[in-house]
Amino acid sequence: MADREFDVVVVGAGPAGLAAACRAAECGRRVAMLDDNPLPGGQIWRGASREAAGWMRRAERLGVEWMAGARVFDAPAPQQLAVETLEGECRVGYRSLILATGARERFLPFPGWTLPNVMGAGGLQALAKSGMPIEGKKVVVAGSGPLLLAVAHYLRAHGADVRLIAEQAPQAAVVRFVISYPRKLVRGLALRAGLLGVPYITSCWPVSAHGREKLESVTLRRAGGRTWTEDCDYLAYGFGLIPNVELAVLLGCRLSPAGVYVDEFQETSEAGIFAAGEATGIGGLELSLVEGEIAGYAAGGNTDGAKSLFGARKKHRRFAAALEKAFALRQELRDLPQAGTIVCRCEDVTLERLQSCSNWREAKLHTRCGMGPCQGRICGGAAEFLFDWQSEQVRPPVFPARVRSMSR
Amino acid sequence: MPDPVKLTVNGVTVAVAAGAMVSTAVAMAGVSAYRRSVSGEARGPLCGMGICFECRVTIDGRAHCRSCQVVCRPGMEVRTDG
Repeated sequence: MADREFDVVVVGAGPAGLAAACRAAECGRRVAMLDDNPLPGGQIWRGASREAAGWMRRAERLGVEWMAGARVFDAPAPQQLAVETLEGECRVGYRSLILATGARERFLPFPGWTLPNVMGAGGLQALAKSGMPIEGKKVVVAGSGPLLLAVAHYLRAHGADVRLIAEQAPQAAVVRFVISYPRKLVRGLALRAGLLGVPYITSCWPVSAHGREKLESVTLRRAGGRTWTEDCDYLAYGFGLIPNVELAVLLGCRLSPAGVYVDEFQETSEAGIFAAGEATGIGGLELSLVEGEIAGYAAGGNTDGAKSLFGARKKHRRFAAALEKAFALRQELRDLPQAGTIVCRCEDVTLERLQSCSNWREAKLHTRCGMGPCQGRICGGAAEFLFDWQSEQVRPPVFPARVRSMSR
Repeated sequence: MPDPVKLTVNGVTVAVAAGAMVSTAVAMAGVSAYRRSVSGEARGPLCGMGICFECRVTIDGRAHCRSCQVVCRPGMEVRTDG
């Protein structure tokens, strides 16, 4: 028996989840929206923004029940989720489920990447947004994708000394991408103005980080060019995003090459389970919002409402495809980790130990790679890129949970 | 502006803005090693969104809390094992 029953449960309170919850509630459904984070808005809005607050007001007006700090760790029975909060565990029942679990950054291992103050681009921004003083700190921003520009802009606006932005994609690809999206170009130009004087170096990536106990400098390389070392307090890096599909896989949903497979109504291969936003493939804010709306309408039974948004979704999907093409990861990045470089940070498994394995399953069994608390969420994305390994299976709990929560 | 929230990190008092995460308080206390890895390396936050578990600390006696997902409360006692 579930402790709470809803018509529609939305997992994830980022743009896709908020849009889905509001649309489903507008259809007259009893809706709950839950998120592992203490604040709504997902990683892009992180609660503090005007957009997130606007959506939350709308959700509240529509009677959406908001469960903060709620982590789904199992699906113990059909149409039921096991959820852990700071206060304890509860079972949430649903008729329809909408997965809006978002994405995380892809971290590629290189010598020194485990040093404190080597952080995800989004990770450092999150700390800064939460009040960590960043003024005067020397920051190198590196990796790939438009997120790097947004993060560098935010950090600089808050007084950080952003030394440079290293983008692994070649300049021609970035320029082609920017020219094909004039509306986004305007936003890009606004970003550039805020970044005036900060070098944006394409075909460039970090090869090693150095320091005793914490980061002191980063060595960067430019394709076919020089290698040099920058002193810095922080490295904010990430090689694009990867969808969070673990809960979907646990529920039996099929995957596509991009993320969770969905049909035109955002329904997964499992009847009554929908998915929207980055979990179905990396596509940015606008696509997440429209997919969330479609999923909300579909779960709420408003087929016409859902259909009216198919055109908008198609347009935003073209942008997603262009994004993927422009910022495709170059093969040289596979050579970043050295024999002794740790790949799995939870269990401290080095590259050379993984090189003796032939697949992800064997690596888990022989080295404990991916068996620590993050359950392969960090090293899995790296192993996929480095070795073409796919993690085929997910077992409960999908997140570490207290023994008391699991013993029910 | 709401009043700052005071808590301790390894016994040192830190004042943070209301709504700040524990990970921020630890950084503001000047601590960069939030935990030690299984082979003894110093580790700090990586993802900042509750995925990587590198920022684990002990909060009010409860071990293995992800400091990036917990909002600071007055009087909280935070310990790192770095």
